[in-house]
Amino acid sequence: MKQAEELPHRVKSVQEAVERYRVPSAKSVWQKSRNYRLALLYLLPSLVLFGVFMFYPMIYSLYLSFFFTDAQGSPALFVGLENYAYLWESASFRRSVIVTLLFVAMTVPAGVVLALFLALIANEKLRGIGFFRTIFASTLGMSVAASAVIWLFMFHPTAGILNAMLLGLNLPALSWLQDSTMALVSIAITTVWMNTGFSFLILLGGLQNIDEHLYESARIDGAGYFYQLRRITVPMLSPTLFFIITISFINAFQSFGQVDILTGGGPAEATNLIIYSIYREAFIYYQFGPASAMAIVLFAAVLVLTLLQFKFGERKVHYQ
Amino acid sequence: MRKTILYTLLSIAALVMFFPILYAFSVSFMTSEDILNRQVIPSAPTLDNYRGVLESVPILHYLMNSFIVASTATLGMLIVSALAAFIFAFIPFKGRQAVFLLFISTLLIPWEATMIPNFLTIQSLGWMNNYLALTVPFFALAFGTFLLRQHFKTVPHELYEAAQVEGLSHFQFFYKVVVPYAKTSFVTLGIFGFLTTWNMYLWPLLVTTNDTVRTVQIGLRRLQADEVATNWGLVMAGVVLVIIPTLILLAAGQKQLQKGLTKGAIK
Repeated sequence: MKQAEELPHRVKSVQEAVERYRVPSAKSVWQKSRNYRLALLYLLPSLVLFGVFMFYPMIYSLYLSFFFTDAQGSPALFVGLENYAYLWESASFRRSVIVTLLFVAMTVPAGVVLALFLALIANEKLRGIGFFRTIFASTLGMSVAASAVIWLFMFHPTAGILNAMLLGLNLPALSWLQDSTMALVSIAITTVWMNTGFSFLILLGGLQNIDEHLYESARIDGAGYFYQLRRITVPMLSPTLFFIITISFINAFQSFGQVDILTGGGPAEATNLIIYSIYREAFIYYQFGPASAMAIVLFAAVLVLTLLQFKFGERKVHYQ
Repeated sequence: MRKTILYTLLSIAALVMFFPILYAFSVSFMTSEDILNRQVIPSAPTLDNYRGVLESVPILHYLMNSFIVASTATLGMLIVSALAAFIFAFIPFKGRQAVFLLFISTLLIPWEATMIPNFLTIQSLGWMNNYLALTVPFFALAFGTFLLRQHFKTVPHELYEAAQVEGLSHFQFFYKVVVPYAKTSFVTLGIFGFLTTWNMYLWPLLVTTNDTVRTVQIGLRRLQADEVATNWGLVMAGVVLVIIPTLILLAAGQKQLQKGLTKGAIK
């Protein structure tokens, strides 16, 4: 109590005060458990919802992946690791993994570089810059369904504007979605475009957090734009960049709507990305066992990525 | 010189990035001849496509559903996250760190990896074709809890003291002091929540089998499948109706969202 009277001006927040002035006391059990009861009450909604819609289904997915299921989706026959063995041998699943990895390779670097470029040019103090920022962020407001439908039209072989542009430049028209290599590229283009808004906004925020003085002293030393970019901007932005790279990876793994609308996984499974393949296995063929095994593989992949982000992301934040 | 280069780059980039959206608007006002001739700008702007889309699919009904789903999910998200954030910011108890880790661990679970059991759960609860299926599973959100907790932790000590002098209970302190204090974070999370739930695609596809609660995103898919061969103008009119609400929301809340999300990303 005495302490509290002496030091109130140093305390900046309740959190700090609570931690500093906490004193062990001999209260009754009822009083002592007061915080527990309060915490339980306030945390209960979150805990129940996480339990029902996150933790339980995660465990149940694992459980289902060891079973063959009947038409209602209930486990019917324990098969051990057979579903995983089936996946391992399935040409279709292997194809799906390869396609997903190719898709990641196409979308992540391109998406990050594009968003970084936009963030850099939008971070200048110019008249009307707010307008450009809103435009660049606009795809954040675009749903996957709306985006995919617009691009579907632009990719159209005869009515599409993209082929019209190519012909206008005297280039041959492309079969954007009908050719098996181009189809994946086309979905990648759509995905990069859709995700740019979010990446741009986060990177712009990261750029604005860099201390202006660093650039001032660099300018005094006569450093040029690209030297500053390489020596100040990129290193200072690295935690944000790392975050965006991880998010882009995870987004690429989770792409579904654009595949569903643009190609339906075709032609010849050339765009059968992992989530689409889980969806097909579970909700079109009703093979919940193998589909759950796929879901577990997906979970493992995302888990590794996120842990890498935590590990390296944390380390990089330190020198900020 | 430098300014000219920058403005040129900005304008080109804006044109390329915004082209698909502008093009969708433009096509939605075109006659079918214009579309066949691959015009970029309608030669004789018409509202026929909008009339057509309103007649051919219950798009207003879908929009209404999306609006109900997105607002309910957002509101639920704000309340549930705020309650949890309050505990993490103000109420110390032994094991709080462990509970916090439990919250963090939900970030490691991709939603798609849980969709099969979740679908079965929804079936057994009898929530198919029900708003509950589209909203309740999204109420608890670790990201939202962290975002609010970050802001709650900056509540000045004087406010806490004043609340005690006034004899406010914890709950009164929560909704009379903390919530108004962290208003901006609520706005950020609200915009974020509305955008993501309005734009949901895979989950509504699974848990709606008829039009009663079907959202506009799935309606768009149906419209596209039904009309693509015949009438692109009509499909684009549908697209425009779907994107207008979120584009307006984004334009209005972009600054707010940027500040909030960056904080969430770096912290």
